[in-house]
Amino acid sequence: MKKAIIKVKELRKDYHVGEMIVHALRGIDLEIFEGDFAAIMGASGSGKSTMLNILGCLDKPTDGDYLLDGVNMGKLNKNQLAALRNNKLGFIFQSYNLLPRTTALENVELPLYYNSKVKAKERRERAKHALKQVGLSDRMDHMPNQLSGGQQQRVAIARSLVNDPVVILADEATGNLDTRTSYEIMELFQKLNNDGKTIVFVTHEADIARFMKRNVIFRDGRIQKENDVTDRFNASELIEALPVEEEFAS
Amino acid sequence: MNYKNLTKIATNALKRNKFRAILTMLGIIIGVGSVIGMLSIGEGSKKSIQEEMSDMGTNMIMIRPGTERRGGVMMGNSDTESLQISDIEAIKKEAVNISAVSPQVSSSGQAVNGNKNWPTSIYGVNANYLDIRKYEIEDGRIFTEREIKSLAKVCLVGQTVVENLFEDNVDPVGQTIRFKGIPLKIIGVLKEKGENGMGMDQDDMLIAPYTSVQRRMLAITHIQSIYASAVSEEKSDVAIDEIETILRREHKLRESEADDFQVRSQAEMVETFSSISDMLTMLLGAIAGISLLVGGIGIMNIMYVSVTERTKEIGLRMSVGGRGIDILAQFLIEAVLLSIVGGIIGIIFGLLISYVATTLLNFPMVIMTQAIAVSFLVCSVIGIFFGWYPARKAAGLNPIDALRHE
Repeated sequence: MKKAIIKVKELRKDYHVGEMIVHALRGIDLEIFEGDFAAIMGASGSGKSTMLNILGCLDKPTDGDYLLDGVNMGKLNKNQLAALRNNKLGFIFQSYNLLPRTTALENVELPLYYNSKVKAKERRERAKHALKQVGLSDRMDHMPNQLSGGQQQRVAIARSLVNDPVVILADEATGNLDTRTSYEIMELFQKLNNDGKTIVFVTHEADIARFMKRNVIFRDGRIQKENDVTDRFNASELIEALPVEEEFAS
Repeated sequence: MNYKNLTKIATNALKRNKFRAILTMLGIIIGVGSVIGMLSIGEGSKKSIQEEMSDMGTNMIMIRPGTERRGGVMMGNSDTESLQISDIEAIKKEAVNISAVSPQVSSSGQAVNGNKNWPTSIYGVNANYLDIRKYEIEDGRIFTEREIKSLAKVCLVGQTVVENLFEDNVDPVGQTIRFKGIPLKIIGVLKEKGENGMGMDQDDMLIAPYTSVQRRMLAITHIQSIYASAVSEEKSDVAIDEIETILRREHKLRESEADDFQVRSQAEMVETFSSISDMLTMLLGAIAGISLLVGGIGIMNIMYVSVTERTKEIGLRMSVGGRGIDILAQFLIEAVLLSIVGGIIGIIFGLLISYVATTLLNFPMVIMTQAIAVSFLVCSVIGIFFGWYPARKAAGLNPIDALRHE
C-alpha cells in the first residue's frame, strides 16, 4: 500500500467575524499519498485556501486531526510548526513572493538559512542544484526584476525544492502567467512529480487541474467530489501544439 | 538559534536597502556627532580661558584698598590710602602661605626717546613682581634691592614700548628714555606676553623700582595695590585669610569696622569665568542632546515603518520556516548594526567637528570620553529599543495575515 503523506480526518475550521461564526471547513477527510499530484479545486469561498493554509501548517484547525508525514500537527506549538514548515513543506505562491533586490540564488537559499544544520557551503550547493532542476542555472545572479514572470515562478519552485520537502503546496501557481508560460510551469511540475515529488496544487481553473493525477473539488467547506483524472494533459505535448510564434501584428 | 545565519540574514537585508540604512544611520550620526562636537567646543573654550588665566598666575592674589568712610562721605577706592609699605613687610614676615609679595604703584604718561614718543604706563614694583605676574626677562636684568632703596632712575621695558620707541637694529638695554620728564636708564627688556583674556596688551608697560615711581613721579607714601603669590593654587584661600588677618591688625581695625582693603585671588576669577563657560557647555550640550533625541526618533520612525513595509517579507520568511524569535532577532540585529555603525561614524564625525572648530577658534582640542561614551550609549539604547519594539510586533504576526498584507 502507498504511504500517506497527508492524512486529514474530520477537519473543521471556524472563523469568528464579529458576532458571526463562519464555518470555512465543515469536516474534511482527505488523504494524499506519496507521489500524488492532486488539485484542490473550488470557487472562491469554497474553503480551498483555508485548507491549504492548514495543510501548510500556517493555520491550525478548530477541530479534527491532521497528520503530516506521521506527525500530528495539532499537538505542536508555533515554533515546532515553523520547524515543520522548514523541514517538510515547500510553498509556491501565486505572486511568487521573492525577496526584491536579492539574486535568484539567494532567494532559493532562504529556507536553508532557518535550518541551522545546513552549513554555508552546503546551502549554496543545494540552492544551485535546485535552480538547475528548474532550468535556471544561467540566471543564478539575476535579480527578480531582471526575470520574466515564468522565470520568477521557477525561482520560487526552486526555493520550495531546496529543503527536499515531503510535499509541495502550490497556491494558484499559474494564476499570474499567460497560457504558454503556465504550460511550461505545469511541464516542470509534471517532471518533478515523475521524479517522485508529492504535489498539492490549489487552482480554480479546470484546464490547469487536468494536468494533475487527481482532482478534489471543494464546495461550501466540504469535499463535493474526488476523482482521478482520466484524460490527463501532457504539458510537453500541449506546448508542442501551441503556435510557435504568437503574432501580435495587426 | 543560529546567530551566524541570522546575522547574515540581517546584513543581507541591510544591503538590499542601503539607502534606508544610510538614512537611519544619518540620525544617529548627526546626534552623536553634534553631542561630541558641541561638548568639545564648550570644554575647549573653558580650557582656553583657564589656560589664559593661569598664564597670569593662578596662585596670584591681589590686594586693593577698599572703600572708606571719611566724615560720612564714601570714598572711591583709588582715593583711599590704606595700603602702606609696612603692610608688605608684615605679610612677608608673617604669612606662611605666601611665597612672594610686591607693592604696585602705577602712573601713566608719555614715554619719549629722541623724536619718538609713546603713551604707556609705568608700574613701580619690587623684584618679586616678575615672578608673581609671570613675566620673564629677555635681555638685561631686574633692579637690585640697592636700586630700590636709592630711588634709582632705571626701568625695564615691554616689547610694545620697545617697538614704538626704538629702531629695529638698536639694543634698548643701556639706552635712556624719558617718562614724565624723568630720564630712566633701561636695564632690561621683558619677554613678549601677548594679550590677556580681556584683550589688554600686557607688553605695553614700563617697570621701575616702586620707590622711584612713588616719590619721583607720584609724590606719595602709600601704595596703590599689593600683588602676592600663594605657595600653591590650593592654598590661595588660606593665604587670603592670612592676609586679611594681618592687614586688619596692621590697620588697627576694630571688630565692628569693615575691611579697608579688598583681597581677591586669581583662582576666584578663574572660577567665575569657568562657571560662565560651564553654562555655555551645558547649553551646547542641551542643544546637542535634543538633536540626539531627534536622531533617535528618526531611527524609531524608520524601523517602525520598515516593519510595516516589510510585512510580506516577514510572512514569507515565516512560511519557509522562520520562527517568531528568528524574525525578532533579525530586526534586532539590523537595529544594533545600524546603531553601532552609525554611532562609530558619529564619533568620527564629532571628533572631526571638534577638530575643525577648535582649530578655527584657536581652542585647545578636548576629547571628552564621557561625551563619547554617553552619546554612543544613548543612541545604541534608542536604536535597539526602537528596533526591538516594532520587531516584537513583527514576530507576533500571523504568517497568513503577513503574507496577505499588501
